[in-house]
Amino acid sequence: MTTTAGSDVHERLMALADEQIAVGEVRGAAAVDPVNLPMIRHWVDAMGDANPLYTDADFAAGTVHGEIVAPPAMIQVWTMAGVRTETGASPIGGVLDLLDADGFTGVVATNCEQTYHRYLRLGERVAPATRLTGLTGPKTTALGAGYFVTWVITWYVGDEPVAEMMFRILKFRPWEQKPAPGRRDPYPLRPAVNRDTAFFWDGVRAGELRIQKCGDCGELRHPPGPFCTACRSLNRTYVTAAGTGEVFSYVVHHNPPVPGPRTPFVVAVVCLPEGVRMVGNIVDCPPDQVTVGMPVRVTYREMDDDLTLPMWAPREA
Amino acid sequence: MRTLTQAEITLGTALPPLTINLTPTTVVSTAIATMDFTPVHHDVENARAQGSKDIFLNILTTMGLVERFVTDWSGPQTLIRGINVRLGVPAYAGDVLTITGAVVSCVNGDFTVDVRGAVSLGDHATGTVRFRLPH
Repeated sequence: MTTTAGSDVHERLMALADEQIAVGEVRGAAAVDPVNLPMIRHWVDAMGDANPLYTDADFAAGTVHGEIVAPPAMIQVWTMAGVRTETGASPIGGVLDLLDADGFTGVVATNCEQTYHRYLRLGERVAPATRLTGLTGPKTTALGAGYFVTWVITWYVGDEPVAEMMFRILKFRPWEQKPAPGRRDPYPLRPAVNRDTAFFWDGVRAGELRIQKCGDCGELRHPPGPFCTACRSLNRTYVTAAGTGEVFSYVVHHNPPVPGPRTPFVVAVVCLPEGVRMVGNIVDCPPDQVTVGMPVRVTYREMDDDLTLPMWAPREA
Repeated sequence: MRTLTQAEITLGTALPPLTINLTPTTVVSTAIATMDFTPVHHDVENARAQGSKDIFLNILTTMGLVERFVTDWSGPQTLIRGINVRLGVPAYAGDVLTITGAVVSCVNGDFTVDVRGAVSLGDHATGTVRFRLPH
């Protein structure tokens, strides 16, 4: 029984999440400043919120509150980290770090749900407490495969919960780098193109997978070379392959990181029906689902503005 | 500024739309006022390097604007009980955010307004705001 690295990371993630969920609420540092008028004024000014309840003491005195109160939606503002100050340890960090390390570097918030138990008065100092409540995945999304991470922050004044927020993000592994406007950065790995191999790369550009063929005895050979190993002829030509094959052997590369491809990636030896073998990456398939004998079809990937590489994707048998 | 009474609100009532011109100043000033110094909300080059078109509105501001959208209409003494937002496309600087909504339920004096904040790319935020009225 083999355990693929992909499922290993998943197990570790789920175990860590279970651990953190069991830890429950972790108190964070109290707000640096108590609820105060200057910060409220900046907030309502930026929001364009003209509600006098938040800034006009005379108006507020005549309301059910009897005094100025803070806008409820400001709740999170009071305990935000500053430019240089950081929030303390949280039960979320470990899970996010593990996701980052496994390539789920993208992040997008998906849900924010706030409940306000009461309005906050000037001078009150809130303290947050955070608990991880869920980790689900991997799920395939429009942005890439990812995990949904959900946590709840409860804000307290003393021991009294005054508000809470459920927050959910998607940590995803981007499908591929978005093409930058204008010219793309050159892909760092480039094939050696010479007089023996130029026909192959010309073929790739034309969407053809070419196999070198002896101009005399007709023997097919790959990788291409200067002479025929069967009859020693220097005459050569090529044929165009059907573009199908089967995985003969493969490795999943996890480490070390290499410039260009994102780890983990699969390098396979593919057996072509024409009788030669080619080395190439397997794409469009999770590494832990590649198998020896898997039917594949060639696919052409633009790595940058000048370079296209042939790769192999799963096909129906 | 008056606050509506329960009797003045009927189910299905559409709220006056709130239109926010998302100038860079809007995006940056609200990010700073919400103490959110994440570079994508004030640093254009950083935002572009991360694949975004421009700097974009932060979530704390979306929550604030949705709250304002309701209290602008219902009045200053509205008791906001909760805001539930599902986040969609980014609200980029240079775009216009239009918040619309309607009253969808009233249970024992707890009103719910369905809200939608749309930008040119689609729905930036959809969700609900729950509130009570003092009278």
